[in-house]
Amino acid sequence: MLSELERTAIRAAVERLGDRRAAAAETLAMLQRERGWVSDEALAEAAMVLGMPREELETVATAFELVFRRRVGRHVIMACDSVSCWIKGADSIVALIKERLGIGFGETSADGEFTLLPAGCLGLCEQAPAMTLDGLPYGRLDAKTLDEIFARIGEDKHGDSAH
Amino acid sequence: MATPLTERLKADGTAVSIGEYEASGGYRGLEKARAMSGHEVLDLVKASGLRGRGGAGFPTGMKWSFVPAKDDGGPRYFVVNADEKEPGTMKDRILLEGDPHQIVEGIAIASRAIGAEHAFIYIRGEYLASAAALERAIAEATERGLVGRPEEGRGPEIEIHLSSGRYLCGEETGLLNALEGKRPNPRNKPPFPQVSGLWGRPTVVNNVETVANLPHILREGPEWFKALSPGSDAGTKLYGVSGWVAKPGVWEMPMGATVREILEGKAGGMAEGRVLRGFLPGGASTDFLGPDKLDLRMDFDSVGKAGSRLGTGTMVVLDDKTCPVGMVLSLERFFSRESCGWCTPCREGLPWIVRILEALEEGRGEEGDLERLEDLSRKLAPGRTFCALAPGAVEPLQSALKLFREDFEAHLRRKGCPWK
Ligand SMILES: Cc1cc2nc3c(=O)[nH]c(=O)nc-3n(C[C@H](O)[C@H](O)[C@H](O)COP(=O)(O)O)c2cc1C
Ligand code: SF4
Repeated sequence: MLSELERTAIRAAVERLGDRRAAAAETLAMLQRERGWVSDEALAEAAMVLGMPREELETVATAFELVFRRRVGRHVIMACDSVSCWIKGADSIVALIKERLGIGFGETSADGEFTLLPAGCLGLCEQAPAMTLDGLPYGRLDAKTLDEIFARIGEDKHGDSAH
Repeated sequence: MATPLTERLKADGTAVSIGEYEASGGYRGLEKARAMSGHEVLDLVKASGLRGRGGAGFPTGMKWSFVPAKDDGGPRYFVVNADEKEPGTMKDRILLEGDPHQIVEGIAIASRAIGAEHAFIYIRGEYLASAAALERAIAEATERGLVGRPEEGRGPEIEIHLSSGRYLCGEETGLLNALEGKRPNPRNKPPFPQVSGLWGRPTVVNNVETVANLPHILREGPEWFKALSPGSDAGTKLYGVSGWVAKPGVWEMPMGATVREILEGKAGGMAEGRVLRGFLPGGASTDFLGPDKLDLRMDFDSVGKAGSRLGTGTMVVLDDKTCPVGMVLSLERFFSRESCGWCTPCREGLPWIVRILEALEEGRGEEGDLERLEDLSRKLAPGRTFCALAPGAVEPLQSALKLFREDFEAHLRRKGCPWK
């Protein structure tokens, strides 16, 4: 079920843009931000609030790579596989990540912690090879920097559970 | 050497504040523009010779001049293209993150020229730091009454649209569809956006770097702008280098700097133990050039004459320890993934190209594969598809087939990739 806040946000977007369709993009981005992914149920309800057929909103949702239509892990890694990163060894970086998490592209680890996705050029070419983790950029990746990044996530998790 | 676009950037990477920006002459170009008519601003930009930095090099003033001169009372829009997803391209990010007021001022000037009261910055979803810097800059400029009050002649209202991502969102008509909340599929041209763009209204779309030039052109004048470069293309250019070079990066230099000046002078030459084999001069969708082109001037006309395109001006370098076939495969996988599927040559041709290149890499290549790749390159050439994605996709392929023919043949002969 959409929260009252989410419904209000959708109506506000329609009002501000004066156009239901234009609000579709904003609605999907908002749901993605709030929920981490957009479920079938959320999409159907959002379409109702927008006053457009579910299929029409679906058409928009599936066109964009940062709208996730399947449940993802607590952390999402998007590893660049485009040309500048490929030259700098993106394949081996991806292999390291896959080995460490025990998952392939498009998969989520069994503990629900990580999802790994391929990304087209992230615009971090001078720092290749690069990836984003939960939307934040990381460049000049190698075995060592990856270790450090994963260690930091481990610590954060530790911190969380102390609450 | 003047570097107007980047000279205010701070070493710590934080954004230039409004105070710092104004202290260095910021917003004076806008002041000048406000004292002129829209038409005068347009003429001045035309006279400067500024060409679009988004990849095609279209003259900016001429682009603006297609907006109907007669005001019918309805809205007009100015849109900044900050989607930057062309593989190998990272130049706009530097400007957005480091000096957002330069973009805000540029938007206000362009909007003045075309009579737009609303502007959008369409920015890729991964550029969160850029979006945050812009948001702050817009708030600061609005608070000072520099923008955001079109009813008082202090426009435009500027809105940031954070994209949910796709390469085609950067194609200007795909971008307009995305802004309207549709799939980012390209539109038919004509009608051109300047006549019928966002919600069917006159709209101009310009690249970030193009917009960043406007404050300086207004403040210093067209003659100053032309004198910045040694050649016929005016101004400076943000050049970038990625690949196995000593210091990958982005630098502002006079338009028409040579490949050598960029590659050796700025990027420090090749990384140790690596030899230059070729380069894509301006992002993924440009033709490869060989090491014999070190003294080529990196401006639109010179690179065009050499058989490629300046594109985004960000070079991707191929070295002797990297397989050219593997590099082209990486490029074609990207394009194939990003095809919207509207035209048959692109929808079917790109995956076919990928399958052949994979076969070559994995030792399953067959007699006739190289000819098939050549044939496919021709079938995806300009004029055969709806948008420029497909023609761009085959530029590196067709040129690699010529420049690195022996390497392609070696994959066939040796039944696999010699680099593996
Ligand atoms: C597939 C495709 C992707 C594009 N991506 C971008 C982009 O990310 N940024 C950009 O400025 N131009 C991009 N362009 C070029 C735009 O269509 C357009 O020409 C440009 O924004 C115009 O700006 P300019 O006149 O200032 O150069 C792309 C073109 C194509 C065909
Ligand atoms: S060329 Fe490719 S991306 Fe462009 S409209 Fe045709 S199918 Fe779509």
